[in-house]
Amino acid sequence: MTAAGLIFSNIHDSSVPELTARRTMASIPYGGRYRLIDFALSNMVNSGITKVGLITHYNYQSLLDHIGNGKDWDLARRHGGLKILPPFITAYDNATANKVYSTRLEALMGVMDFINHCTEDVLVLSDCDVICNVDIAQAIERHEQNGADISVITATVDTAVQPLDAHAEVVKVDAAGRITDMATYDAEKGEVEVSADIFVVRRSYLQRVVADAIAHGQTSFYKDVLYRQLPKGRVFAHHYDGFFGRVNSLESYFRCSMRLLDRGSCVNLFYRHNQPIFTKVRNSVPTRYAPGAKVSNSLIADGCVIEGTVENSILFRGVKVGKGTRVSNSILMQDTLVSENVRLNCVITDKNVIIKDNRELCGHETMPFYIAKESQV
Amino acid sequence: MFKKKECVAMLLAGGQGSRLYALTAKTAKPAVTFGGKYRIIDFTLSNCVQSGLDTVGVLTQYQPLVLNEYIGTGLPWDLDRNYGGVKILPPYQGKNGADWYKGTANAIYQNMQFIERYNADYVLILSGDHIYQMDYAKMLDCHKTNGADCTIAVIDVPLSEASRFGIMTTDATGRITKFSEKPKNPDSTKASMGIYIFNRDKLFSYLTADAADPKSSNDFGKNVIPAMLAAGEKMMAYPFVGYWKDVGTISSLWEANMDILGEKPQLKLATGNWRVLSRHDNAPPQYVGPDAVVDNASITEGCEILGTVKNSVLGENVRVMEGASVVDSVLMGDTVIGPGARVEYAILDHNVEVGAGAAVGAPRESADGKIAVIGEGVRVEAGATVPAGAMLSE
Repeated sequence: MTAAGLIFSNIHDSSVPELTARRTMASIPYGGRYRLIDFALSNMVNSGITKVGLITHYNYQSLLDHIGNGKDWDLARRHGGLKILPPFITAYDNATANKVYSTRLEALMGVMDFINHCTEDVLVLSDCDVICNVDIAQAIERHEQNGADISVITATVDTAVQPLDAHAEVVKVDAAGRITDMATYDAEKGEVEVSADIFVVRRSYLQRVVADAIAHGQTSFYKDVLYRQLPKGRVFAHHYDGFFGRVNSLESYFRCSMRLLDRGSCVNLFYRHNQPIFTKVRNSVPTRYAPGAKVSNSLIADGCVIEGTVENSILFRGVKVGKGTRVSNSILMQDTLVSENVRLNCVITDKNVIIKDNRELCGHETMPFYIAKESQV
Repeated sequence: MFKKKECVAMLLAGGQGSRLYALTAKTAKPAVTFGGKYRIIDFTLSNCVQSGLDTVGVLTQYQPLVLNEYIGTGLPWDLDRNYGGVKILPPYQGKNGADWYKGTANAIYQNMQFIERYNADYVLILSGDHIYQMDYAKMLDCHKTNGADCTIAVIDVPLSEASRFGIMTTDATGRITKFSEKPKNPDSTKASMGIYIFNRDKLFSYLTADAADPKSSNDFGKNVIPAMLAAGEKMMAYPFVGYWKDVGTISSLWEANMDILGEKPQLKLATGNWRVLSRHDNAPPQYVGPDAVVDNASITEGCEILGTVKNSVLGENVRVMEGASVVDSVLMGDTVIGPGARVEYAILDHNVEVGAGAAVGAPRESADGKIAVIGEGVRVEAGATVPAGAMLSE
């Protein structure tokens, strides 16, 4: 069964306003050298998908810069490859003139031309707020065996470890894998099965239900399409049990990032057999640990120069840590410059931040201290 | 259709590099890993691109598989161009039989067609076995301003070492008056860097004459340059100041790797917009464990350090397990150092496995300059000992 992909880059942006002030959810930096979209893209590419439509909405300059022509995901192709689908507003139209879509359903309607021109049997839809490494090929195979209309990738989340919010869709699944009920998260405690916002759907079916829902003036993919299809018994869950993180706030971003310092979790996410996570290659030099540097339990990308002490932290590419400085429990994004004799604890610095000599900054793991892109302290 | 290119670079990459022994058993010297995530040829290729030269012929002969694969379409250096770009030029079969490249000059002679296709006015001859960063555009400007027939880049070397190089004697204007290959009593300290710019037509006529001479060994240094000098062509020296190292021996390769370390590294891999470009995998960031010690080291993506790493250069995907130590060493990549193992004063090629508790090499102070070398794919059994200066290959 052939498949094409569709990625929604902006859905859930509003849940992390700090990190999405000048970027999309899809282009939030993660794990030292990645952007959140790398997981959605790599999942698709690893399952043999060679055509991906990328739905963008606003704030997508940083995303386009990251994606380029798609070469780093092997998606720069004559046939298929990566297609960027920005908002589409017709100049002479009436009802939709000057109105950019605002929901997943409207976005799908806006890219109907892309969907119609695909020749693939199934489409894989994915958001960018979820960090996981799923074997989608397997999900597609199961989708076919089940004779499903829609298959939803789901994961088990322990709410004591990973709090959820009302953006999460909780599913109830019967023994055959059928989804019997679905509802937005409502403060349930303990382990719950949630949608990863990754769907496998038959293309012809999607074309039909989306056109129908729009014709009826409906706006929500979950409430107006998925919920209504459940009684027919052809919506299935495909359970995924690897590393699963969901970014729905700055705090959860911090928590999802720090989980990578647990080596087992990190290996589970990045070292799955035949499922590498691809990202843009930046041509950084190797990281240099100067004489006297001290580093422990940290994830460090290339291009860094470390002269001070780094512990329990994540350093993105090109970060500099000066002499006498101690960085603890922090996330320093690309090209952050931390000068000499600085103390940082539970801090998130966005790209190109400069921390001058002798500064002391401290947040808490439940309230990390965030420093915006290109600020100087 | 071929657009005219003012200058075409020809990169000699066919040498065996026999003095690197196990490291070049399966790989041509230019494809030997350097500095963790580079190959030696990256330096010359990056120089070309950053000097604005976008047409590069790479002449291969010895063990070209890894090199061909590495260069591929030339994408990492932006040399995947519609016109020009990087082209691999292996020896080929012609109408009148087939020949290996008999010498550096013969390799270019056999590929004069390539230069003609781009109708180049100048030809830059390079070799893919030196570590240096140089703007060839400045050298070309100098060549044009001087109205020279040939310009040779030279670097000042200590008088005591001059007898190891091809030495240029120049007059006050920089014009070369004498060339002596490895002279016993050098009268100058200007060593040839093996970088030449020729006017195309001049080069072609000398190469054709050289090819017709059965006694010639078809080498630039031995034959072509002396012949041009003897004929009174205008040959100029272009002085280069900066880091330059021939990494043709085990000890010089080790030293050059160490030059990227330290508080103020002698060899900077990136300065401002000038950086060395390379093809590399997409590995996750390196992880440094809770009890790891990393001091004065250069470490690349995909590494996992749980033990100790000091004064060392580690390539991609090296795992240093608990209690293991790596000191004064160069690990090229995809290597596992088992728990409690010790690696000192050694060079390890790709895909080496050092078993738990094994000992490779000896402390540098007591090794008497003897570097242990382990070739690609070798497995050192747990508890085994590999003495200083040993050379292991599969």
